[in-house]
Amino acid sequence: MRYSIFSVLREAFNGQRGWRPAWREPDPKPAYDVVIVGGGGHGLATAYYLAKVHGLRNIAVVERGYLGSGNVGRNTTIVRSNYLLPGNTPFYEWSLKLWEGLEQDLNYNAMVSQRGVLNLCHTDSQRDAYARRGNAMRLCGVDAELLDREQVRALVPILDFDHARFPIKGGLLQRRGGTVRHDAVAWGYARAADQRGVDIIQNCEVTGIRIEGGRIIGVETTRGFIGAKKVGLACAGRTSQVAAMAGLRLPIESHVLQAFVSEGVKPLLHHVVTFGAGHFYVSQSDKGGLVFGGDIDGYNSYAQRGNLPTIEDVMEEGFALIPSLGRLRVLRHWGGIMDMSMDGSPIIDRTPVEGLYLNCGWCYGGFKATPASGWCFAHTIARDEPHPLNAAYRLDRFATGALIDEKGSGAQPNLH
Amino acid sequence: MRITCPHCGERGNEEFAYLGDATVRRPDDAGAARPGAPEFERWMDYVYLRDNPAGRHRELWQHVHGCRAWLVVTRDISTHAIFSVEDARAAALARPSLVARDAAS
Ligand SMILES: Cc1cc2nc3c(=O)[nH]c(=O)nc-3n(C[C@H](O)[C@H](O)[C@H](O)COP(=O)(O)OP(=O)(O)OC[C@H]3O[C@@H](n4cnc5c(N)ncnc54)[C@H](O)[C@@H]3O)c2cc1C
Ligand SMILES: [Zn+2]
Repeated sequence: MRYSIFSVLREAFNGQRGWRPAWREPDPKPAYDVVIVGGGGHGLATAYYLAKVHGLRNIAVVERGYLGSGNVGRNTTIVRSNYLLPGNTPFYEWSLKLWEGLEQDLNYNAMVSQRGVLNLCHTDSQRDAYARRGNAMRLCGVDAELLDREQVRALVPILDFDHARFPIKGGLLQRRGGTVRHDAVAWGYARAADQRGVDIIQNCEVTGIRIEGGRIIGVETTRGFIGAKKVGLACAGRTSQVAAMAGLRLPIESHVLQAFVSEGVKPLLHHVVTFGAGHFYVSQSDKGGLVFGGDIDGYNSYAQRGNLPTIEDVMEEGFALIPSLGRLRVLRHWGGIMDMSMDGSPIIDRTPVEGLYLNCGWCYGGFKATPASGWCFAHTIARDEPHPLNAAYRLDRFATGALIDEKGSGAQPNLH
Repeated sequence: MRITCPHCGERGNEEFAYLGDATVRRPDDAGAARPGAPEFERWMDYVYLRDNPAGRHRELWQHVHGCRAWLVVTRDISTHAIFSVEDARAAALARPSLVARDAAS
């Protein structure tokens, strides 16, 4: 069923009885051309572009839980393409372009909101660094504006501009950045992939990878063996575990990141704002709650929950930036497990096992990458070679030294 | 999560800084190594590759806001339960050297 103003009106007069499930719940077939492991944003987008761009028909996505139970439904929904390094900037800009046309493409309301992402600076040297980043972005055709303090005040008056330690000196604004409703991204891709014949198999955990003569032949799952000519891993925080089933040892640690939502209030904050003196980012959802987060907890974790010191730290940074936050109550907080890679950048590549492909290492910034990641991973799987946009995201860059370290913090995953 | 420092007693984890996997070993060999050479693989292993298990993990923490000792904490990464905390120096001295380990295997 196509969603449109007419279907909404028709159902309004029909007691809302005519809606159909957005995707089928098929049993796994004995074999597929391509099996994608992980029904998060990246896995679903990959299946969709494999069907749409590459014309493949016999595809399955297997997900151990329910759709959206992973990071795609846990993130703080920020999308942007304000990257500095070659290899990153064109990739994230392509992602933002795909976001801009996503809802029409999928026929699904993902609440793409280009409200602008504003990174604040608090020292002169930080302003210089932002000028450099903004210039690098503009050289790649990405929008960036360097704002002074008064321009920032005009946009976001509620900030503490005269904070004794971290006064606000200005900011780097990307107007095309913003937020996207995260669950709707999973649902929209799932529905669109399903309509193109992709089997989405939930509650089906991959427990083994079968390889014969160096070539993949399928995956063992909790619902039996599923044969596959090609297998793509897109299992976010659990990639080390699943890749180990194929004998791979990866440059990845799993870490926990927490996120928070306050009670709903009237419109207060119209942009995504990030605090430059620490690590804190905040936006206001359409329901009115402030959605915010900060640093990862900093130690390896698969627990999907963090600890109190990080919560305290995030709240302190929030108060330093917006003192009026102190009057709000936090309603909910949660954690998600992410693949922190050794240089802070992702991997989209083939592997030493023929027919096995890898999409991982997204750290805490992979939501914005969802469309381009799916698009490039689909290309890599279908053509057996990377697209120019993901050519830098190689697995062997750790051996060759061609690292992409945006933060310059070295092989220390909890610092990226 | 609370860590019992062998020197200072039980403290909140905010007093400690995390380094990472304590089972990886800094190679003893100095000098340049070409890809494929055993020294190169040892350095790759030490700098970049991790088992990242979803269970028991030996890891290095430093009691930065306490006695500043380096510690080896054995922790279940899936539950955050802590099994043991040892002094890192004693744990390191108890290991055979990498060259000796490779020669023996
Ligand atoms: C709190 C938090 C805030 C974040 N904020 C942002 C943000 O503002 N902007 C941004 O760009 N990024 C953000 N991120 C990062 C982003 O959410 C992730 O990088 C991205 O969602 C990962 O890709 P995914 O959607 O495919 O992952 P997931 O949704 O986690 O998908 C992976 C799936 O694989 C499944 N799986 C795992 N093992 C198996 C198995 N053996 N068999 C079958 N299935 C398996 C999992 O169940 C899971 O559903 C945030 C992350 C967190 C945790
Ligand atoms: Zn101590």
